[in-house]
Amino acid sequence: MFRLNRKCMKCKEGTAVLIIRVNDAFCRSCFKEYFIHKFRAMLGKNRVIFPQEKVLLAVSGGAASCSMLSQVQEGLSREAPKKFRFVPGIIYIDDGGACGRSAEERQRSNALLKSIFTETGFTYFIVSLEQVFSLPTSVLVPGTSDPDPSNPSYKQAVDQYIKEKQTLTEENVASAVAQLSIADSAYSPERKLALERLFSSMKTLTAKEDMLQTLRSVFSKLLYSFCFYFLSFLRYVIAVLVILTAIDITHDKASIQRLTESFVTNLQSDFPSTVSTIYRTSEKLHTVMPPQSQTAEPASKCLLCHCTLDTKVDKASAFHATLVSEQLSQIKLQDSSLDAPAQSAEQCCTEGQGCGPGGCCSSNRLPSHQDLKMLLCYSCRLTIKDMVSLRKAPHSWVQSLRVLHSSNSFYDVVDDMASQQFHM
Amino acid sequence: MAAPLGLQLEFGGGAELLFDGVKNHHVTLPGQSDPWDMKQLLAWIRGNMLKERPELFMQGDTVRPGILVLINDADWELMGELEYQLQDQDNVVFISTLHGG
Repeated sequence: MFRLNRKCMKCKEGTAVLIIRVNDAFCRSCFKEYFIHKFRAMLGKNRVIFPQEKVLLAVSGGAASCSMLSQVQEGLSREAPKKFRFVPGIIYIDDGGACGRSAEERQRSNALLKSIFTETGFTYFIVSLEQVFSLPTSVLVPGTSDPDPSNPSYKQAVDQYIKEKQTLTEENVASAVAQLSIADSAYSPERKLALERLFSSMKTLTAKEDMLQTLRSVFSKLLYSFCFYFLSFLRYVIAVLVILTAIDITHDKASIQRLTESFVTNLQSDFPSTVSTIYRTSEKLHTVMPPQSQTAEPASKCLLCHCTLDTKVDKASAFHATLVSEQLSQIKLQDSSLDAPAQSAEQCCTEGQGCGPGGCCSSNRLPSHQDLKMLLCYSCRLTIKDMVSLRKAPHSWVQSLRVLHSSNSFYDVVDDMASQQFHM
Repeated sequence: MAAPLGLQLEFGGGAELLFDGVKNHHVTLPGQSDPWDMKQLLAWIRGNMLKERPELFMQGDTVRPGILVLINDADWELMGELEYQLQDQDNVVFISTLHGG
């Protein structure tokens, strides 16, 4: 009954293989042209890339970035004047270390991607996420944890917009969010207006959410169809994607975000006002910032996550209470056994006495967890709690610990560690 | 009674994780009096192949939104979606489009 007898709506000749948007049937070649046109139009409208510029393409091996790579190749292969006039480079970041992939798996996918990149002829970089620890701290930019009035956050922008326009209701907030999303995209002004009108005509929040989801899925279908029909290597590269999906669908406890998300969505199904209540309640919560004096030094940053240290608080605080409780309940194990020889080391060195036949015992003293904790925020302290040894700590930590301590014997130990790092 | 129906099923984009990580499956549907349609195939897949989390593949009678279905390399919307009647040696591909990257 429903055999392939529909013709392509564009060329009217080819047999349609795909439906785009609501009911537009395209044949393979017209679909490819449509896709290419969309890509070029987006680049042209946004005007962020200029001729002769070097552009770094971030490729993860997933459908979107592989399509982008193929589109760049396509665009560079055309005869001038339509040819792209920028110079591309590729970067792939191997985050297998953070995802729990084995060394063999990582090697395999790196090799596969390397062969794909080599074929393009572009300069490429394959780096592992762990290398971020070797970067000088001046290069690393912290996440947006500090509120900066000159650069309002997304939520603040929504708030501002709402206050300007109308009274705060749930519906209007959702509209504002949608409008901000539409504004960012490469839609033409007429299309943007049409979308905004459509969105405001929806009565319920659920209807708005459904519409947003539909819009997103239209794009997804476009992307994956292109990959299926025109990118044969994607079938192999999906192996890289699989590990991400594995984490996503197998494990509710894969991350705190997943756990929270599933908790909230499960509640929402039984109590439909859950999400809106959480949203409104969160707006009422805010931390009280202590007044910052002009002469106050800039807040120090955590060594690991580079966010502002949240551990410099007064005694009447929850954090201080946890410290007291920890001290009271601590079973003296490793830390104390390390500290004991350290104390005697300092004693023997400072008193000018010769050390034992085994050499100075301070040479056995490594920076302890206690030293490191001073430089970390609360959550990072919990993270390093399980660290067995600090021998493989990043070089930048070693530097910071050196600054923290001033004893000479400590410098020797630190220098030893530092030279070990380079020879590893 | 109609002859058994041989089909080539493929799963991609992460959907294969619901089927033991295997992307290509050759299946034989038992012969029955009426022709097999997609709706019945989906029910058969749910009952015979899905190892875990059926809600990630199906929603009610149809596939979950976000799963692209291609029959012989053509969009199943062109073929009538659930009402398409399967032919012997048809190739059906299910691609999950829920991940970017």
